[in-house]
Amino acid sequence: MIKKHNKLTKLLTMVFLTLIYIFLYLPIVVIIFFSFNTSKLNIVFQGFTLQWYGVMLQNTGLMSSLKNTVIVAISTVVISVIIGTLAAIGMYRYEFKGKGIVDSFLYIPIVIPEIVMGISLLAFYHILNLSLGLLTLIIAHVTFAMPFVVVTVRSRIAGYDMSVEEAAMDLGATRLHTLLRVTLPIIAPGILSGAMLALTLSLDDVIVSFFTTGIDSVTLPIYIFNKVKTGVSPDVNALITVIIIVTLLILLLMRTYEAKSQRKGRI
Amino acid sequence: MAPMSEKVMVELHNVDKSFGENKVVKNLNLRIREGEFLTMLGPSGCGKTTTLRMIAGFEDVTTGTIMIEGENVVNKPPYRRNVNTVFQSYALFPHMNVFDNIAFGLTEKKVNKQEIRQRVTEMLSLVQMEGYEQRMPSQMSGGQKQRVAIARALVNRPKVLLLDEPLGALDLKLRKQMQVELKHLQRKLGITFIYVTHDQEESLTMSDRIAVMNNGILEQIGSPDQIYNQPATKFVADFIGESNILEAAVEIADGANLKVVFETGYAVVKATGFTKDEAVYISVRPEKLKCAAAAVPGFNLKGVVKEHIYVGSIIKTIIELPDGQELIMSSLTGTPLIPPGETVWVYWEKEDTVILHANEERIYNLSEQVPKIEVRA
Repeated sequence: MIKKHNKLTKLLTMVFLTLIYIFLYLPIVVIIFFSFNTSKLNIVFQGFTLQWYGVMLQNTGLMSSLKNTVIVAISTVVISVIIGTLAAIGMYRYEFKGKGIVDSFLYIPIVIPEIVMGISLLAFYHILNLSLGLLTLIIAHVTFAMPFVVVTVRSRIAGYDMSVEEAAMDLGATRLHTLLRVTLPIIAPGILSGAMLALTLSLDDVIVSFFTTGIDSVTLPIYIFNKVKTGVSPDVNALITVIIIVTLLILLLMRTYEAKSQRKGRI
Repeated sequence: MAPMSEKVMVELHNVDKSFGENKVVKNLNLRIREGEFLTMLGPSGCGKTTTLRMIAGFEDVTTGTIMIEGENVVNKPPYRRNVNTVFQSYALFPHMNVFDNIAFGLTEKKVNKQEIRQRVTEMLSLVQMEGYEQRMPSQMSGGQKQRVAIARALVNRPKVLLLDEPLGALDLKLRKQMQVELKHLQRKLGITFIYVTHDQEESLTMSDRIAVMNNGILEQIGSPDQIYNQPATKFVADFIGESNILEAAVEIADGANLKVVFETGYAVVKATGFTKDEAVYISVRPEKLKCAAAAVPGFNLKGVVKEHIYVGSIIKTIIELPDGQELIMSSLTGTPLIPPGETVWVYWEKEDTVILHANEERIYNLSEQVPKIEVRA
């Protein structure tokens, strides 16, 4: 079928593909573009400047929200990876009463509307008399991020031969050594993708965070969301540009890691 | 060949294993000598793999004791038992290269690096895999993985090597080759091998002794020759090789001679320990079966030649008895064949008869099954 494509269909395919990419990436390019704009308005480009990057660093509100976001995101990743990985291993290895129910409950945070989750967490914290702050924010983020870790790690475990663990113990490794030297390295790719999912989910969450954050723990998405009412200043564009570059770098690193593992025949 | 000692290396005493209501190993008693190649043979689900896993420590015994070198190990985890296992699925660590796979057990024991290097190299040459140190498991064929798995177990110098259908995933030719290699390796090293398989031919080729299991019960233990020529139960006669099994009743029990009556005839065979009117099974190997144009003294069993099946070096002749039962007779290719449709009289040498009590309870009398340690010639 592919061979029969004539020039016209080829051209149309290319046009279609280009349009999709423009649709996806043009807004990002525009943001990056305007981060170098001397004008305060994201409408016309007046001249090139790096001043907004300086302004960005001076903006204490922006910087503290960035700091909060990073603290929450890293805590969320660490906590949900630990709980999620152990849960995935446990659910895979052991049969227990009510496993099916536990299993279904794990998917609820994934499918539940965020607004419902945000409100119920707020009500829950109120009952517990927990004052809103970084802690409540982290608990909330772990709640919705952890199931994603469980799911990705489980899919990795499912494709792996349990007798490898027996082989390790047979060769003299204690349970702990078996976990550290065999199980974890094998499921590492699953843990890594789970961690990346948790990271992105936590980084850009607005709705749940909106309900569970306090005045001192405003995160970046909330900060920007609030600024939208008064107009986003170009220093936010600058920060977004920085975030995009960092994200691209992380992606690049992951790709090289994967390629390296594949070359070594590990995956 | 390493001399086989009298020392008992592994002993199972009254071992029972249940998974819930399901009894998979029933009152198993087994003694395995130092340097012995013992095969546990049986159909899938007979309890042989479970038994191996209990010796390795992956499964707990429900009741009973397992002694390794005179020490009860039932409460010891796998990593504290001086046995190593070769798994059917190889179970190589996918994230480690060949060298690290083989070195795994030694690094766990904190052996120094220089000695590890030397012992791993030694093992690689033993299994003829020199130069493969840096390969990852995903870059090797099944046979190569199996060699690495064997090296990874043997590098620890275990007293006992447990092998769980290690050749099951290999193609026929490679399997035959590995059978010979494994046997040579075992003789060279003098390590006790406990080998699980469902392949009766493999067990006959490789073993010093074979333990035949069925439904969680040890049916018989003995040398390949004993298992093949003197099966203790109908199951063993049927499972090992091909066998013609006829139901019969004892009509006359007169000293060494026994007259047994079939549905459609009779035979006089040599056997003691049977009583008049007892129900028995008569088992005769296809290569022992003969036929003649007229009745042979002591036999009266008539059949019709149905067809000949050519199987390379031998030809199988199917003979149908009047009651519909088919007997298989094998003869060397080149011997004159009786045309199909001819009536023949079937017979065999009296000594070639295996006669078994049909009474199940007597067959499964377990106290008789505890193997005695005998010196093999």
